[in-house]
Amino acid sequence: MENNSPPDSLLAAIHWALAFDFQAITPARVAKALQRESLTLADLGALLSPVAADYLEPLAQRARRVTRSFFGRNIGLYTPLYLANHCVNHCLYCGYHYGNAIRRGVLTPPEIAGELAAIKAMGLSDVLLLTGESRQLSGPDYLEVAVRLAARNFASVGLEVYPLKTEEYARLRLAGADYVCVYQETYDPQVYAQAHPKGPKRNYAWRLGAPGRALAAGIRGVGLGALLGLADFRHDALALGAHGQFLERQYPAADLAYSTPRLRPIPGVMGQFGRINERELTQIILALRLFSPSFGLSLSTRESPGFRDNLIGLGITRLSAAVKTSVGGHDGPGQGDEQFQKSDGRDVAEVCQAIVARGHQPVFTDYARL
Amino acid sequence: MSSDNSDPLNLGGHLFHSRLILGSGKYPLPQIREVVAAGEPDIVTLALRRVNAQGQANILDYLPEGKTLLPNTSGARAAAEALTLAHLARELGCGDFIKIEVITDTKHLLPDNEETLAAVKLLTQAGFVALPYMTPDLVMARKMAQAGAAAIMPLGAPIGSNKGLTTRELIRLMIEELDVPIIVDAGIGRPSQACEAMEMGASAVMVNTAVATAEDPPAMAKAFALAVRAGRAAYLAGLGPVAEATPSSPLTGFLGTD
Repeated sequence: MENNSPPDSLLAAIHWALAFDFQAITPARVAKALQRESLTLADLGALLSPVAADYLEPLAQRARRVTRSFFGRNIGLYTPLYLANHCVNHCLYCGYHYGNAIRRGVLTPPEIAGELAAIKAMGLSDVLLLTGESRQLSGPDYLEVAVRLAARNFASVGLEVYPLKTEEYARLRLAGADYVCVYQETYDPQVYAQAHPKGPKRNYAWRLGAPGRALAAGIRGVGLGALLGLADFRHDALALGAHGQFLERQYPAADLAYSTPRLRPIPGVMGQFGRINERELTQIILALRLFSPSFGLSLSTRESPGFRDNLIGLGITRLSAAVKTSVGGHDGPGQGDEQFQKSDGRDVAEVCQAIVARGHQPVFTDYARL
Repeated sequence: MSSDNSDPLNLGGHLFHSRLILGSGKYPLPQIREVVAAGEPDIVTLALRRVNAQGQANILDYLPEGKTLLPNTSGARAAAEALTLAHLARELGCGDFIKIEVITDTKHLLPDNEETLAAVKLLTQAGFVALPYMTPDLVMARKMAQAGAAAIMPLGAPIGSNKGLTTRELIRLMIEELDVPIIVDAGIGRPSQACEAMEMGASAVMVNTAVATAEDPPAMAKAFALAVRAGRAAYLAGLGPVAEATPSSPLTGFLGTD
């Protein structure tokens, strides 16, 4: 295995974020952060503090301005395609974890082609391919086949799979992979160790280094994320910003994006984790938007239609539509059980309608593979 | 508002009467038509990466007839990628005009002048009318002009910032020293700033975000059109000298009268 350690400067920035004292933030400090043209990480910390919850309206006003000047009134559309749900990990919060007695499946290449054709027929041009972690049943060779099939007909192909080696990312880039999502889940090493008791995902550093490896391999963009509610969500959101800033400086040409999924009820998984409400999630999204104006921000179907629609124009730049979280399911019934319960089951036309109703433009193609 | 036929803008041998160039990338598609009708540009830019050849609502369907499309190569990070996009533009029937955008800084969307110069060479060799978007730098701009650029498009401020002519002095040098048209692109946030660029002698201005983010985009497009015409008229009229303060003791008082 190649060098396993993420750079010291990234580890130091995350360490700093996890030690941030949100209770020490005063209203004056929040006001100062809101005035700043270009926000520092400490400003992001101030905007994530409990005190800043009283500033949601000015935060939203500024987030709207920033989003509009950078992205205009455009909202990109994509859909995830679960290729396989076999997984050797034991993540306590995930419906796909190894010990969970669910139906498992792996799409064959002809099945993948059928799913892609069904998705394409909905008008979508951006597809995100997902698997659990199984190098045996959905290894890099399998991913390469799937990426090649998708790249034939999709303007943009993303991958949300287990962390890969640099040379594996390079192979998948040549096959047509445009972006890679690797969410750290939590940046808190102790909670990370508790939430991942067994399996290769236990390796915090290997996962933390994955987005950098993908960019080093020439992948054009990466999506970062934290599963909010697993650990203290404020510290995780600040660490997410630290990770984003590190990559932005290291790879200035990269397309970077944040995702802020919340833990949802999952069949077969105990509800032992913290809850984060919509006001708190909104505060995080607005603060990240101000800190990283050029970053994409997506909001998954874990959230309700009303909540997703209300955040159009306030920072969100991408929405998924026609989502199935079972294996396959676009072209005939899905093969496996769902990873999580989604809250927004709208199809492409319905999501488009909501975007237009908010004075925005649904964008299907915003990318040329070069 | 009629355009002035006696003072055309010449880009690579093609003549244009409006000196306002509008972008199309930040609107809901149906609004593009209203904005273009109000601003009356001859040239409208569009991002090739957003033009989908098949299926869904297409930006090309919303641009009025009779306008020259200026496709840009946004998304390119190297000269060769800009050339690939330029060929795509040709295939789509967008003609030979290409605004070269080669950007390797996604945070501020600042152009990579070195790769942009390389792209000017590649595209002009391939027969395109190349209009490079660049960070104002007289020496680089001169090299781009020598490489065959039909105009140079320096930024007034970072894209989308609406900060105006923050690079005023550098653009002024380019206008004075180079024979190719200088089109101020990016950063212009107010009609008064567009007017100032035209007064300085810019050949045209390109505006997108300032119109797209206005409360009433079509009305703002019209305001920009008026400002560009006023600025051009002032430039042609020749601005009068700015009065300087007269010192109380003349510096040449020591000289006698003989």
